[in-house]
Amino acid sequence: MTCGSVDDGKSTLIGRLLFDTKTILADTLTQISNTSKKRGMEAVDLSLLTDGLQAEREQGITIDVAYRYFSTGTRKYIIADAPGHEQYTRNMVTAASTANLAIILIDARRGVLTQTRRHSYLAHLVGIQHIVVAVNKMDLVNYDQVVYDKICADYLAFATEIGLAQARDIRFIPMSALVGDMLVDRLENMPWYTGETLLDMLEKAPAAHTEGHEEFRFPVQFVCRPHASADADLHDFRGFMGRIESGIIKVGDAVTVLPNGYQSKIKAIQLGDAQLTSAQTEQSVTLLLEDEIDTSRGDIIVKTGSAIESVKQIDAFVCWLSETPMSTARTYVIRHTTRESKAKVGAIQYKVDVNTLEELATTDLKMNDIARITFKLAQPLMVDSYSLNRATGAFIIIDESTNNTVGAGMIV
Amino acid sequence: MTTTKQPLSHLDWLESEAIYILREVAGQCSNPVLLFSGGKDSLCILRLAEKAFRPGRFPFPLMHIDTGHNYQEVIDFRDQRATELGERLIVRSVEDSMKRGTVVLKTPDESRNKHQSVTLLEAIEEFGFDCCIGGARRDEEKARAKERIMSFRDEFGQWDPKNQRPELWSLYNARSHKGENIRAFPISNWTEMDVWQYIEREDLALPSIYFSHQRDVVMRSGSIVPVNVPLVNGEITNPVKAGEEIINMQVRFRTVGDISCTAPVISNADTVSKIVLETATSTITERGATRLDDQTSDASMEQRKKEGYF
Repeated sequence: MTCGSVDDGKSTLIGRLLFDTKTILADTLTQISNTSKKRGMEAVDLSLLTDGLQAEREQGITIDVAYRYFSTGTRKYIIADAPGHEQYTRNMVTAASTANLAIILIDARRGVLTQTRRHSYLAHLVGIQHIVVAVNKMDLVNYDQVVYDKICADYLAFATEIGLAQARDIRFIPMSALVGDMLVDRLENMPWYTGETLLDMLEKAPAAHTEGHEEFRFPVQFVCRPHASADADLHDFRGFMGRIESGIIKVGDAVTVLPNGYQSKIKAIQLGDAQLTSAQTEQSVTLLLEDEIDTSRGDIIVKTGSAIESVKQIDAFVCWLSETPMSTARTYVIRHTTRESKAKVGAIQYKVDVNTLEELATTDLKMNDIARITFKLAQPLMVDSYSLNRATGAFIIIDESTNNTVGAGMIV
Repeated sequence: MTTTKQPLSHLDWLESEAIYILREVAGQCSNPVLLFSGGKDSLCILRLAEKAFRPGRFPFPLMHIDTGHNYQEVIDFRDQRATELGERLIVRSVEDSMKRGTVVLKTPDESRNKHQSVTLLEAIEEFGFDCCIGGARRDEEKARAKERIMSFRDEFGQWDPKNQRPELWSLYNARSHKGENIRAFPISNWTEMDVWQYIEREDLALPSIYFSHQRDVVMRSGSIVPVNVPLVNGEITNPVKAGEEIINMQVRFRTVGDISCTAPVISNADTVSKIVLETATSTITERGATRLDDQTSDASMEQRKKEGYF
């Protein structure tokens, strides 16, 4: 994901990445060059590639997260482009939730700003493993290494203060998105920088599925029981369908189905027509068990002996997403993995000022606020801490009257 | 047996995500439907649905909104595929909406493509569908880049870009009240290239017009336009206009849709692997050269989506 405001050259950076990797095709270029001319601009404005909607164009702002695609031959990338302004904290959290690398843009003339701190805190909170701090607009500070070094030192001091530097992989890069220096190509402006170009960093960063929690977690999405089938062999078929959110499973492994606690063994693992002997994180498969167990959507299959907490109260950081403030009197629905429970707010412990990172006492929660909250649950949820497992540590809050997604939570 | 994790290939990752989305639709919605046109994207989704739900039946029927102006080859292929799968196919036609008076063409030769929205909404109401699964991709067009995986439509079928549910992690929210509707897009994160690579890997059969063939065309405002196309009902559509010269060209289609607004490209690619190669070296986007309906204005797709277009 990319974090920054229009002023930092974020749209230009994305435009550059797409342009230099030859993702922008001739007709798109013609289209944006016509639009540039129509608006009286002299050069082609690469940022036009990333402002999509009519409403946004009319207001000259980005309202929503946009997804862009490019490929280098060795890897495919999805860029989540999130507007960086404070009032769009919810969009940043949304974009960060599926990202495994964040590019944080700093304007070389302005250094580490409040918004840099905000973006870094949010990337940290949402658990992005890899941070690339891109010091952009080096062309406007004469490609001066002293300026760059000072910004890096300032950033590192701040990142250490909030615990980001200790927990994550942070890299720095000087660049000029406008002239295209150090993104894909290395020009001759900064001979003092011998590190990798941005694209090299992206190419070498580990992909999400090679990292993280190793405990096997399989939330059941759907149960397949084709008992009415003409094929007599299928009369007793009972397949538990879902995606492996973490870990590895093999045929023969002993498993426990929660919340009921039934135990069995893996009889077969299927993916389409293929019979697998094992399967791993991020694979969508069908599991067959040795024993007939009554299991339905919302249950979770884990390895027997694996510690997962079944809880009726959760303590979490919540980002409020809705224009309607949170009500402590109301009952909401929490969706966690494939399971839902009604929930009520227990207590709001504090709200975080995303600019100063101060913890403030509060009684209410408005859009873009982040707070630490406890919820009381009507049904037990099987949870891990978000820092251990994003899939079993995350939840969304739904307002049943509108069915809107009004909050996002990360279990402490 | 290996216990060290290898990263999934990008196609495996995309496949797994799409299966997950299809199963979420099945788990969360009470009466979903899969929109199936016979086009390449929807053929990928059929394969994904097989992987998601077999040996069971699909937990939804298939439905095609037919403008009456589709290529015969595609319609035949659509019917054949539904039969092979043993799944139920519903066809609703724009011509029926015209007979009911709910679709009124400005001129007899006006493209019926945008009028599919009316017929789709009528069919949603007729069957009480709470979710339509479709093959739209975010890379197709810029109004789609901000589309959700589960996209909310109000009771008029309208897409309000300013009022979409935030979508975090893979915790999709497909809830709706009666009369409202969710559009679910399992291959949102696929590019045209991914689709072709998947077709190649899974060895999927396609309607013949995707492959290079001889066709009578004219050049009309810079686009290649097929002319004198026979329709399923025996009529001939897209007649040659005065002063136009018919050229017999070696072409293929990159997208298949309503005849009035889908143009072919010049190509010799007669196999999927040749198409993969051609896609990799193409300098024109998929819709750029071939979708006459998107070129009307910068915002034409966005406008159609707001009106309930798929």
